[in-house]
Amino acid sequence: MSRTDESRLDPARRIQFAFTDEQEQFRSAIGRFLNDKSPTTEVRRLMGTAEGYDPAVWRQLSEELALPGIHIPEQYGGAGFGMVELCIVTEELGRALLCAPYFSTAVLAANAILNAGTEAQKASLLPDLASGARRATLAVTELNGQWDPQSIELVATRVENGYRLDGVKSYVVDGHVAELLVVAARLPNTVGGDGLALFTLDANSNGVERRPLESMDPTRKLARIAFHSAPAQLLGNLDDGSETLARTLDQATIALANEMVGGAQKLLDSAVDYTKVRVQFGRTIGSFQAIKHRLADLLLEVELAKSAAYYAAQASAADDPEWPALACLAKAAASETYLRMAAECIQLHGGIGFTWDNDTHLWFKRAKSSEVFLGQPSYHRELLMQRWGV
Amino acid sequence: MSKINEAEVRAEVRTWLTANWDPEMSLVAWRSKLADSGWAMPHWPEAWYGRGLPVGLTRVVDEEFASVGAVGAAKSGVRLLAAATLLEHGTDLQKKNFLRRILTGEDNWCQLFSEPGSGSDLAGATTRADLNGDYWIINGQKVWTTSAHHADHGLLLARTDWDAPKHEGMSFFVIDIRQPGVDVQPLKQMNGHASFNQVFFTDAKVPAENLVGRVGEGWKVAVTTLAHERRGADGLSAPSKRGSRTGRIYLEERAELETANQPYKWYPQRAGRVDLVIERAKETGANSDPNVRQEIAKLMIMAKSAEWTARRARAAQQQGRPQGPEGSLGKLAASNVARAAARVHTLITGTEAMLTGSGSPRDGIIAEILVSVPAVSIAGGTDEIQRNIIAERVLDLPKEPRFDTGPFRNVRRN
Repeated sequence: MSRTDESRLDPARRIQFAFTDEQEQFRSAIGRFLNDKSPTTEVRRLMGTAEGYDPAVWRQLSEELALPGIHIPEQYGGAGFGMVELCIVTEELGRALLCAPYFSTAVLAANAILNAGTEAQKASLLPDLASGARRATLAVTELNGQWDPQSIELVATRVENGYRLDGVKSYVVDGHVAELLVVAARLPNTVGGDGLALFTLDANSNGVERRPLESMDPTRKLARIAFHSAPAQLLGNLDDGSETLARTLDQATIALANEMVGGAQKLLDSAVDYTKVRVQFGRTIGSFQAIKHRLADLLLEVELAKSAAYYAAQASAADDPEWPALACLAKAAASETYLRMAAECIQLHGGIGFTWDNDTHLWFKRAKSSEVFLGQPSYHRELLMQRWGV
Repeated sequence: MSKINEAEVRAEVRTWLTANWDPEMSLVAWRSKLADSGWAMPHWPEAWYGRGLPVGLTRVVDEEFASVGAVGAAKSGVRLLAAATLLEHGTDLQKKNFLRRILTGEDNWCQLFSEPGSGSDLAGATTRADLNGDYWIINGQKVWTTSAHHADHGLLLARTDWDAPKHEGMSFFVIDIRQPGVDVQPLKQMNGHASFNQVFFTDAKVPAENLVGRVGEGWKVAVTTLAHERRGADGLSAPSKRGSRTGRIYLEERAELETANQPYKWYPQRAGRVDLVIERAKETGANSDPNVRQEIAKLMIMAKSAEWTARRARAAQQQGRPQGPEGSLGKLAASNVARAAARVHTLITGTEAMLTGSGSPRDGIIAEILVSVPAVSIAGGTDEIQRNIIAERVLDLPKEPRFDTGPFRNVRRN
């Protein structure tokens, strides 16, 4: 995307602060689909299964709404939209807590391939992801739990016809059901940002050992994947692995922030609805100022987090130079807000809010897993300061 | 009515300016001419110094004025709130007496609503007005009155019926401030500035013709004034952008603005000066402290998100969509940002935060931030009132039970 001199002076001029009518209609269509397909009875059923998703719903979501390829260019079988639309999808999925390998396939793997892949790789790998025919994920973090790519230790060694991977990845989202793995690794004897690159391999290859982890948030399944001389192909080239990986993680961070504000809004709605019907001391508890003021504060916090998440998505779509910093900003904001909203939603429900039968804990656990997934708020605040040159 | 064409308006105002604009005129002489032409307030009715143009076209007129550097009508202080209130509720005699001198800047105005006993609960006012022949006799006390010391007239809300329910027993007046029964005293604030006044009334007189609206309808009239205040006609004049131009009229305008803006000199500090935070962290070396970096990031995230929230609200409005919750949150967000900024400024400044005045950091500006921020969550509606408004209007939560119904005489008060 080219930028004019004028727009470089004031990026906010190019960044849209309102969604278009088409985007709003798109959001409504997803909302209707999810109301129908992902009520909490379904969330509870699927989170108890080993796979953690419903293949029939995944197929419908792919075929009827084309969601996995929403941001993938048409030439690779996608719908040809961008980050803003992708983030509308994740926001709605976060609201409904849909159990599906969407974040892994569309947000992590597809973006990694779009950012790093050669023309031939994009043409061969992306159409199956866009159509929902193939599930995929991106493996970055290792046993140390660090999200900074510099701490990657998994080694890729050059061999005839490609590379072989040795090491262990952990906290891999949907790693248990992915068919295609995109793996961040480093060349032998390299440190820091040097020698980092992305590799692809079939998840059922020889030398790949996958073990599901017991995740506190059962709607986001995690796996540990050990690689023992597993055969892999280089994705793209060796020169810009560090940048393409960073770009992919920053995009994922923005998509996650949008998912999180969708969940936070859902919790706010739930808390407000409950305080309007719950009666104590002869009044609905929502008529007490102690409750009203807290809900007003929470509304403010949720709206601010939404503004940050939306702005980051718009800035990324517009390729504004500041967008990687804004990814950190949006994630830090969404993390604090989502978790506070979840804790307050339990508190405003009183004792019933702490029970398994009440749905609040489903979002509470998603809020907790999202808080640390892709980096804690303190990590993103520090990164924000660095990216702003403070 | 035929559709008014933007190009025609532009051509017409341009022609008029070419024929009449002269920067060597006195401010009052020019504004008199302007008031008569209707170009001062083009969206006002034709009968009262306007041209009846749609509000949307005033932008065209403003642009033409700006392009030749022409000075507009006086707009500082609460004069435009007074004008809007009189246009809506005033008698023809009142419009004739007051509107023109509002526009020329010859008269200054102040707003006499808040009282020591009624802050958030403005309708609990106890300043009384008793009719005696052709005059209302005013007794009581108002407070937080900006610029009362150089005002000519005041918009006064006073109680005229103590047996009516509180909102129904008040009336609205225009009072002459320069009379023996009115005593204006500056009110010194904790930050040392005195931006406001207390105004004491002892048998002050208001001629019966200066009642605005009917007896007992004062609250309704005051609501009009407050609505205009919320819409932003709050008297905070932007510094003149015509600084480099020469001519007698510009000198007079600058002097006028300086006086009008004097009470607001500390307002940037009251908002927390987020703009200084990163600079200060670098100049003090506090940017190398991981804890300070976290706190700066938290503040900047909040401030940026608040700014984008305001822009979302504006964008939705421009697209003609119903305003979402983001439109009601600005004031509360601003309070949170200001408080957080004061905390971070303290963290960055450290022990030096114990000092004030010209020997303290940034020539006393940092100290002024720290002692001015407490105003932001009170002025123009406390945070608590904002939360009630958000809870009731946006989240549709029920109101608290009331204890102030029935005759005002029996309502508990300060």
